[in-house]
Amino acid sequence: MEKVFPSIDEAIADIKDGAMIAVPGFFACGVPRALLQAIIKKGTKNLTLTCGCGPLLGAADELRTLVQKGQLKKVIDSYGLFRSASKGMEDPFEQAVRAGTIEFEVYPMGTMAEKYRAGGAGIPAFYTPTGVGSVVEEGVVTNIEANRGKKETRIIDGRKYVLEYALEPDFAFIHAYIGDKEGNLRYAKTARNFNHVMATAAKVTIAEVETLVESGKLNADDVHTPGIYIHRMIQVPRPKFAITID
Amino acid sequence: MAEKTKLKGLSRELIALRVASELEDGTYVNLGIGIPTLISDWIEGRDIVLQSEIGMLKTGPLATGDDVDQDLINASCQPVTALEGTSYFDIAESFGMIRGQHIDVAVMGALQINDKGDYAGWSNPARGLFVGNIGGSMDLCAGAKKLYIAMEHTTRDGQYKVVKELSYPATALGMVSMLFTDLAVMEITPKGLLLHEVAPGISAEDVQSVTEPKLIISKDLQEMQF
Repeated sequence: MEKVFPSIDEAIADIKDGAMIAVPGFFACGVPRALLQAIIKKGTKNLTLTCGCGPLLGAADELRTLVQKGQLKKVIDSYGLFRSASKGMEDPFEQAVRAGTIEFEVYPMGTMAEKYRAGGAGIPAFYTPTGVGSVVEEGVVTNIEANRGKKETRIIDGRKYVLEYALEPDFAFIHAYIGDKEGNLRYAKTARNFNHVMATAAKVTIAEVETLVESGKLNADDVHTPGIYIHRMIQVPRPKFAITID
Repeated sequence: MAEKTKLKGLSRELIALRVASELEDGTYVNLGIGIPTLISDWIEGRDIVLQSEIGMLKTGPLATGDDVDQDLINASCQPVTALEGTSYFDIAESFGMIRGQHIDVAVMGALQINDKGDYAGWSNPARGLFVGNIGGSMDLCAGAKKLYIAMEHTTRDGQYKVVKELSYPATALGMVSMLFTDLAVMEITPKGLLLHEVAPGISAEDVQSVTEPKLIISKDLQEMQF
């Protein structure tokens, strides 16, 4: 199966305005930076970026550009704002969230992880204890008041749980340190984070890999994400990140 | 509330040390952002395994110089090192581990806490936003076997953080078992906040003066030992 694309632009050519794209990474760690830069260059609009733990704080330059070029409709994340309130006031993304021009929807991090896991595994929704007793239990946590739909809860064996729904994004952008031409991937250390679950959840998964090898050169026992989940691949230079968040 | 004279309590490092001495050997522990992160400086060499929700067990000390690797950070986005026996895993595994009650103790910071063990830490209403950074805090509250809070006893301008009712959005209700501050060590009991220890030079009356709910004073009240 031919999965390797000649260029990153060709690998994302069919992403249309209004697409939902999963963006992995935990702050600056494991973020598919080349693919984000490619979607900026392509100029696709009305995007929903669904994240897990602040990859757009790690890729801060890319986020600023996406906001300034008006490409974002919505971001879903567990941690998407600057920690510092004063820096947040100067951040174009937070300003857009305050103005209601970009929607920002928030879930606990473990719920984000499970939304992708469930999405990739054929489970439409799940009950979780996380968020019970907080606003997360009451309804969808978003800056857009009209979208704060109520959530269902249920008592199971005496404990209260909240119903959360699976996520199946149109595309996932994945970053791996090595991949073979079958699409088998391996991640480096804590850069694995959301990459694997997002690869399983999306309808079309596009992986940027730092090293691309022939089939058979990645030991079968060392594969983190089996190739069935990976539809397109490109090789990219190792990205550079400032390991910090404000 | 009238502004109070700020009591001179422990440094953030010593609050972390006091929590570290409460952690038992042979346990799996997750440390939140803020004072809890400092606890890792006090448990090096002990038989305590730190879980980092990014997907790492046996998280080592902070990395410096040539050891800094952008593919190896903790949940506070600090470069860290691996130890012998470290493992890495994906995020669904990590939070399954957390919600599945495999973590013995989670230590978190807080903006407010009450005497029922409810606490608020993810959103400061002063920021004027309905949304905020939840991160992994609510999962750790839901799943850790024990939840400790480590924080300054009052705000910078001396306002209550230990309150009768939360006015900030809750992270979780009724889950906190111990509270460690610069002034005291308290246990959340069905009857209320039980004061076990005071910082050197601090009296039970001092602690009560900056605590909104009424404290129950242990008959074995002690000064913290370091």
